[in-house]
Amino acid sequence: MPMTAALDTSEAVEIREGVDRETIETVQAMAGKYKYGWETEIETEYAPKGLNEDIVRLISEKNGEPDWLLDWRLAAYRRWVRMEEPRWAMLNYPEIDYQDQYYYAKPKSMAQKPKSLDEVDPKLLATYAKLGIPLKEQMLLAGVEGEAEPRKVAVDAVFDSVSVGTTFKAELAKAGVIFCSISEAVREHPELVKQYLGSVVPPTDNFFATLNSAVFSDGSFVYIPKGVRCPMELSTYFRINAENTGQFERTLIVADEGSYVSYLEGCTAPKRDTNQLHAAVVEIVILKDAEVKYSTVQNWYPGDENGVGGIYNFVTKRADCRGDRAKVMWTQVETGSAITWKYPSCILRGDDSQGEFYSIAIANNAQQADTGTKMVHLGKRTKSRIVSKGISAGRAQNTYRGLVSMHPKARDSRNYTQCDSLLIGDKCGAHTVPYIEVRNNSSRVEHEATTSKVDDDQLFYCRSRGMDEEEAVALVVNGFCKEVLQALPMEFAMEAQSLVAISLEGSVG
Amino acid sequence: MALPKAKEDALAARLAALPAVEGKGWLAAARSEALARLSAMGLPGRRDEYWRYTDPASLNAPEAPVARRFDASDEAAPFDGIDRVRLVFVDGVFDAAASDDPALAGVTIERLAEAGRRDIHWAQGLYGVLEARGQTPVARPFAALNTGFASDGVLIHVTGRAAKPVSLVYVHEAETSDAILHHCVKLDPGAELTLLENGPAAARFSKVLEVEVAEGARFHHIRLQGRDHERRAVTHIFARLGAGAEFRSFTLTANGRLTRNEAVVELAGAEARAHVAGAAVGDGDFHHDDTVFITHAAEACESRQVFKKVLMNGAVGVFQGKILVKPGAQKTDGYQISQSLLLDEDSQFLAKPELEIYADDVKCSHGSTSGAIDETALFYLQSRGVPRRTAQALLVLAFLAEAIDEVADETIAEDIRARLERWLARHGSRG
Repeated sequence: MPMTAALDTSEAVEIREGVDRETIETVQAMAGKYKYGWETEIETEYAPKGLNEDIVRLISEKNGEPDWLLDWRLAAYRRWVRMEEPRWAMLNYPEIDYQDQYYYAKPKSMAQKPKSLDEVDPKLLATYAKLGIPLKEQMLLAGVEGEAEPRKVAVDAVFDSVSVGTTFKAELAKAGVIFCSISEAVREHPELVKQYLGSVVPPTDNFFATLNSAVFSDGSFVYIPKGVRCPMELSTYFRINAENTGQFERTLIVADEGSYVSYLEGCTAPKRDTNQLHAAVVEIVILKDAEVKYSTVQNWYPGDENGVGGIYNFVTKRADCRGDRAKVMWTQVETGSAITWKYPSCILRGDDSQGEFYSIAIANNAQQADTGTKMVHLGKRTKSRIVSKGISAGRAQNTYRGLVSMHPKARDSRNYTQCDSLLIGDKCGAHTVPYIEVRNNSSRVEHEATTSKVDDDQLFYCRSRGMDEEEAVALVVNGFCKEVLQALPMEFAMEAQSLVAISLEGSVG
Repeated sequence: MALPKAKEDALAARLAALPAVEGKGWLAAARSEALARLSAMGLPGRRDEYWRYTDPASLNAPEAPVARRFDASDEAAPFDGIDRVRLVFVDGVFDAAASDDPALAGVTIERLAEAGRRDIHWAQGLYGVLEARGQTPVARPFAALNTGFASDGVLIHVTGRAAKPVSLVYVHEAETSDAILHHCVKLDPGAELTLLENGPAAARFSKVLEVEVAEGARFHHIRLQGRDHERRAVTHIFARLGAGAEFRSFTLTANGRLTRNEAVVELAGAEARAHVAGAAVGDGDFHHDDTVFITHAAEACESRQVFKKVLMNGAVGVFQGKILVKPGAQKTDGYQISQSLLLDEDSQFLAKPELEIYADDVKCSHGSTSGAIDETALFYLQSRGVPRRTAQALLVLAFLAEAIDEVADETIAEDIRARLERWLARHGSRG
C-alpha cells in the first residue's frame, strides 16, 4: 500500500511498494542538512582573480617549482585556451566564467611553511578537528577506542590551495614510504615526480585535466617502494574554504613492484550561494604485483534544496596497472557536489591485472551526477568488475556512464558490470549509458541491470535455508555493500554506513 | 546554426548526385521540409555520437559503391508458401508485371508517386511526419534524406483485419543501383496487418517505413534482408502507437556489407506494446548496426528489445538501444537484451545499451553480453556423438532462439530457423 512521508522540501513523496521506508528516510536525512557547511574565518592571501599565463607563473613560483614544471604548466595552459568544454554529459549548468574566480588562495599564516604540525595555525588545526580529521599523531580516529591495536591513518590535509601538514611522515619514512604534499615532492623527489607526473593522465587528456595541469596548486604524493606493504592507511582531506576560489588538486600515487597501499580521500566545503569549481586529477601507477585501494567519500557542498550554490566537481581519476598482476580498486561514495563529472578508470595493461569499481552515487534536490568508470583491457587474462548503485531523489538527475573495452590482445579477459538505480519520487531521473566494446572472442563481457544476477550460488544457499528470493537478494547485496563500506575510513563511517540500509528492491538500471 | 563548410560541401555533393523526384502539393511540401531538416543537420560523420561505431562513408558517398548480385536460387525464396499480396520492387522501382493485384479487403494500397499527384491524401498526415518527430533528440539525417528524395514506395491504409499479409519483395539487379523507398502504413482503430519484406533491394538501399498504429490496432512486421550479398543499407522504422496498440517487428540479416537498421518507436497511448527484435549472422566483411530508440510516453506500456548476433571472420556487430521513460509514464515495463556470439578472434561487438528514466514506478532492465561459444556445451554434445560442426550449429541456433521467438507466426519462424541452419552449414565450418 502506498504511504506518504514528508520530504524536507515539504513535498510529499509516495512510498512505492518494494522500497522500504528506511531507504527513503536515509536519503531524505541527507538532504538540506549539510553538516560541513560552516566557514573558517581566517586571513587568506589570494592570487589576482582570473586565469592567464601570469597566474600560472605565480602558482609555480609560490610552490618554488623548477623550470621544467613551469614549462609543463604553461604548455597545458596554452593548450587549454584552445580547448572546448565538454558538454556530452547529462548535466545542465550555466556557462562557467573561468575568469571570474581565484585560482590560488592560501591562509596567510601559511606564508612561512610550518616545520611541524605544532607550528600550524591553531585555527587550521581546529578546522580539521571540527571535521573529525585527526592531525595529531597521538589522536586516534573517532570511534575506534577500545580496539586492541588502534588503526593508524596518516593524513595530508589540504586547505584551499595548500597542504597544511602531513602526519606520520617519520614513521612512514622508516618503511621507505614517501607521503607528502605534491609541492613538497616536486622539491624533495623531483626524479620520481618527473618520471610519473602526467604519465597516466597526460596534460592533453581532457578540458578539465588540462586546466588542472596548468593551475594545480597542491595535492598528495605517495610512493610505496618495492615489496612494501604500507604500514598504515593514507588519507588526504580536501577542504575548500575561500570564496570564489577553485580547488585544483593533483594526486600522484606510485606503487612499486609487489607493494600495497590503501588510500582514502575526503572532501567538504562551506555553504555558499555561488558555485565553486573543483577540477582534480588523480594518477595512480601500479607496477608488477602491486595493489592500490583508493576510496573516496565525496561530500562537497551540494547546494541548497533549490539548487543554489554548490561545488562543480569535474574530476579525472585514472589508474594504470602497468605490471603483470597489478590490482586496483576504486570505491566511491558520492553524496555531495551540485554537479559531478567523474569517471575513475582502470587501464589494465599488465597481464592478469585486475580493476574494480564500486560506487554509490546519491543525488538529491537539484544535484546532478554523471559518473561511472572506464575499464580498458589491454593485457591477457585481465579482469574487471563494476558495481554501481545510483539513487536519485527530489529533482536530481543521476547518470551512470561507463566504458568496458576489450582490446584484440586482451585474450581470456573478463568483465562483469552491474548498474542499479533507484528513483525516489517522480521528479527525478536515473540514466544508464554504458559503452561496451569487445574486440576478441575469448573474453566474456556481461552487463546486467537486474537484481536476479546476484551470485547464484549465494542466492541458492540462502534460498535453501528457507529465505524467499527477495530476502536472499537483499541479504547478498547488503552483505556486499557492507564489505565495501567497511573499507572506508572511520571518519566517514557514520555517513557511509547509513547507506547500507538502502535496499535494492524496486531498482531499475 | 550553419553547418561547417566541409559538411555543407559533402551534403551538396550527395544531393547533386540524386535524381530529380516528382511530386507536387502535399508531397512536394513534405519533401522540401525534409530537405530543410537535412540541410540543418548535414550528413553524419564518425564524430557524431550515434555513428561512433559505424562508418557512414559509403552511405554518404554521392555514388553507390558497386555490389555484385548474389544468386540465392539454391533455396526457395522467403515466404514462398504463404498466401500474400506480393509487391515487387526491382532496384527500388515498382514492377507491376511481377506483382500481384493489390486488392485486399480492408486494405487500400497505393504507390507513393501516384498519391503524390493528388491534392489531398491521408498520407500527408504521416509521410515525413513521424520521421520529423524522430529527429529529436537524436538526428537521423539519412531518414530526412529519404523523405526528401524517395523515388517510390507504397501507402497502405488498413481499415479492418487484413485477410493476408502484404509482402514487399526487393530485387537487386544492377550492380550500382541506388534505391530510396519510403512506405507509410496507417492502421485505423482495431485494424490488423502483417507486413513482410525480403530481398537485398539494391547495391545501396535507403528505406523509411512510417507506421501509425491507432488504438487497439496490431501491426506485425517480419523482414529478411536478403542473404550473402554485398549491399549497403540504411533503414528506418518510425512507429507511433495509440492506446492498447501492438507493434512487433523482427528482422533477420544474413550477411551484407553494411546494414544500419534504426527503429524509433513512440508508445503514445496507455497499455501499448512494442516488440523489436533482430537476429543477425555475419561472416567476414559484414557490419551490422541495430540502433533502437523506444519512448514510453504513456502509462503501463510494455517494450521489448531482443537483439542477437553471431559473428565470424572479422564481422562487426553494433547495438545502440535506448529506452526513454518520460515523466508520468508510470508502470512502464521495459526490457532490452543485446547479445553477441563471437565465433573467432577477429570479430567485434560494440554496444551502447542506454536507459533514460524520469518516472519512479517503472520496471526497466537491460542486459548485454558477449563471448565465445560455450566449450563445455560443445564438448558435451560431442561426447554424445554429435559432430562438432552440428553441435556448434545447434548451440548457435539455441543462442538465436530468443530473438526468433518474437516472430508470432510459427510457420515463418520455422522457415527462418531452417534458413539459419542452412546458412550456418555453409558458413560455420570453422572451429
